[in-house]
Amino acid sequence: MKSLTVRYFAMFREHAGVAEETLELDAATARDVFEATRARHGSHEPLGHCKVAINETMADWDAPVSDGDTVLLFPPVAGG
Amino acid sequence: MIEVADAPIDTAALQRSLENPAAGGYCAFEGWVRNENEGHAVERLEYEAYEPLVAVEGEKVIAEARERFPFLEARCVHRVGLLELGECAVWIGVASKHRDEAFKACRYIIDEIKVRLPIWKKEHYADGDSGWVNCERCAQHGNAK
Repeated sequence: MKSLTVRYFAMFREHAGVAEETLELDAATARDVFEATRARHGSHEPLGHCKVAINETMADWDAPVSDGDTVLLFPPVAGG
Repeated sequence: MIEVADAPIDTAALQRSLENPAAGGYCAFEGWVRNENEGHAVERLEYEAYEPLVAVEGEKVIAEARERFPFLEARCVHRVGLLELGECAVWIGVASKHRDEAFKACRYIIDEIKVRLPIWKKEHYADGDSGWVNCERCAQHGNAK
């Protein structure tokens, strides 16, 4: 198990009801974290439209996560 | 340079900041708050941004535009917070030696910003409902863009 800080933005924050939480997860990649939080908070947003950052750097969904990492979950963006 | 602003954008001051004696062309794009989206009457918009990564990704976008369409100066400002109809939500200005680079770089920057930067838009509708653009309602209708 890894201790991961997950930060939620926009719609994800509203679904989670919190902006940030620390979770003990059996997660190897960013994708695992996304799936775990989706199950936890009941979001149905497809992963393909979302983005992720690990420790302030944009990452791929297959990027590995390590104990103590902060994972930022971004719902579909809509600037402009 | 890309900035996030929580107050109205002073487009005239921004234009002046790009003045350059070598520039023969200047092009700006302003995105405004529109009163309708996909058949829903919109009353106001709410923007949220994650500034540290808006800065990082935004600088990458501008650097890419400079490589493709060499220009002299470029700047971008994106609003956050609650915006009323008609307000400027995003401003992009490019000054270049000739017009072609200014037009094309401006277009490149706005197109990339819309799909890459961690910025979110919530529409507040006239019927009291609200929704995040490109999520929920839009995704359900299969027309996320």
